Amino acid sequence: MTVASEQQTVDLREAGGWRRSKNRIATFVMWFAFVATLIPLVFVLYTVVAKGIAAISWSFLTSGPIPANVAPPGAAGGMGPALIGTLEITGFAALMAIPLGVLGAVYINEYGGKGWLARLIAFMADVMTGVPSIVMGLFIFTIWVLHFGYSGLAGSFALACLMLPIVIRSTYEMLLLVPNELREASYALGSTKARVVLTVVLPAAIGGIVSGALLAVARAAGETAPLLFTILTVEATNTNLFSGANTALSAQIFYNAQSPFVGAEQRAWGAALTLIVIAFVLMLAARLITARFTRYTR
Amino acid sequence: MEQPEQEVVEQTVSTNLPRLETTVKAPVTEPGTTIFDVRNVSIWYGSFKAVTDVSLPIYENEVTAFIGSSGSGKSTVLRALNRMNDLVPGARVDGGMHYRGTDLYAKEVSPAAVRRRIGMVFQKPNPFPKSIYDNVAYGPRINGIRNKGRLDEIVERSLRSAALWDEVKNRLKQSGLALSGGQAQRLCIARTIAVEPDVVLMDEPASALDPIATLAIEDLIRELKRNYTIVIVTHNMQQATRVSDRTAFFSVLTDSKNDTRTGILVEHGPTQQIFEDPHDSRTQAYVTGRMG
Repeated sequence: MTVASEQQTVDLREAGGWRRSKNRIATFVMWFAFVATLIPLVFVLYTVVAKGIAAISWSFLTSGPIPANVAPPGAAGGMGPALIGTLEITGFAALMAIPLGVLGAVYINEYGGKGWLARLIAFMADVMTGVPSIVMGLFIFTIWVLHFGYSGLAGSFALACLMLPIVIRSTYEMLLLVPNELREASYALGSTKARVVLTVVLPAAIGGIVSGALLAVARAAGETAPLLFTILTVEATNTNLFSGANTALSAQIFYNAQSPFVGAEQRAWGAALTLIVIAFVLMLAARLITARFTRYTR
Repeated sequence: MEQPEQEVVEQTVSTNLPRLETTVKAPVTEPGTTIFDVRNVSIWYGSFKAVTDVSLPIYENEVTAFIGSSGSGKSTVLRALNRMNDLVPGARVDGGMHYRGTDLYAKEVSPAAVRRRIGMVFQKPNPFPKSIYDNVAYGPRINGIRNKGRLDEIVERSLRSAALWDEVKNRLKQSGLALSGGQAQRLCIARTIAVEPDVVLMDEPASALDPIATLAIEDLIRELKRNYTIVIVTHNMQQATRVSDRTAFFSVLTDSKNDTRTGILVEHGPTQQIFEDPHDSRTQAYVTGRMG
């Protein structure tokens, strides 16, 4: 009868005690991790910019030949040959690895199904991701350089081997995200499988595929070890990718940073900064392209 | 002696049941051409028998509704009509499935060619992540139409037929994903009819939509009936009475010994007959809301 008067008030205050403490601890750990991640990042960027900026000039980026180790800071010539070498070697590697990797991922996800071949390729790609880059360099050295000599092409092969598993992995992940309803919708309109892949699956995933590919390119551009055995090094620009030794920014950082001379050291920092800027530009491009391609996805 | 007794039983049952309000129009007296002739069809997924022994005709320019509880195989049969089940690994169809006299499962039949004539609208609106225009133009384009003027014409006609033109005509370049659920489903219908199919299959096309959008889709279905043959799967019995000319009722056959559930076709006929004078007690139980 007197239900209403016996009604208890509900306690809606925040829970106290151990629960609140756990919340505080978790929040603190999160912030700590965030700051701890930032420290090396900011420190590396600051050091490279601070030490490299002095070396950067238009002639440093464009002219050659690469000055000898003993040359003082600001000597005539510059890293032009290395910049050109990096662009052509990495560019050609991307040209080989990206189409191959994307098609491989399409096979794994769209055609192979649960078959043994698709699973084998996926597994091997994963294993390849873990192979040290220097091993790739040695591999190309034995199967290519020993027969045909040092060249930018050999370097491209080694970098392509490194990029390939990354491109396969990232593309595969993106294809997995394409909802099956879209494939069904396309099939229901009378598409063949190839059409479904070309007109629905790849366009729906293109943003992620492009950014994954550019990440792979950026990573390959900074690789040094695979280049040491494959391109050797030169001081003058070699625009012929297919014959003769070549050079690259990463290789120049390696050689110059080893030497005790002030000029060489400064040029190494300059090359490092250039490489970081290249990576930055690629990331920026990846973002822009992703945004451009995904304008219809919401 | 037995006949009157049965009638008495039936009457006592029906008086206890809530009377179903139906807005069924007069049944189609003379059915048109048979579009699908389904004879003793069983469908397997691997070793699991999803549907057994289904036989029914589907007639031209009619709306045929498949009703029944979950797991009764209505969607499975629907997806067998345009070979969408081929996409499921291990799916197998046994029995005769003829479309305008041609065996749909004959060796030389191309699933893509089948689906060009027999389109499908899905439960969840699934526009492509492309512009509204490109969504509708997708089908014509894969069929080789490249002419811009011709495509414009098809897009406008299809969107008009889907009662969407006035809402989107000023934003054809916008993403198809930016539309509301009901609009997106009408876009999917426009996309389906853009390839001028013969039959449109609809798998619970309004179940993800609110009542207003549902009514819009139902109006559209009645409108489309003039030019297309429609087969619709629905969980909503009122919807079946509102839009369909014929109804097929599916049920589940439970085998407790082997713990298997198989879909069966209980009965089919003009919608009014199925809802007002069902021949099978299971149908009556279902349409009056006593079961399922």
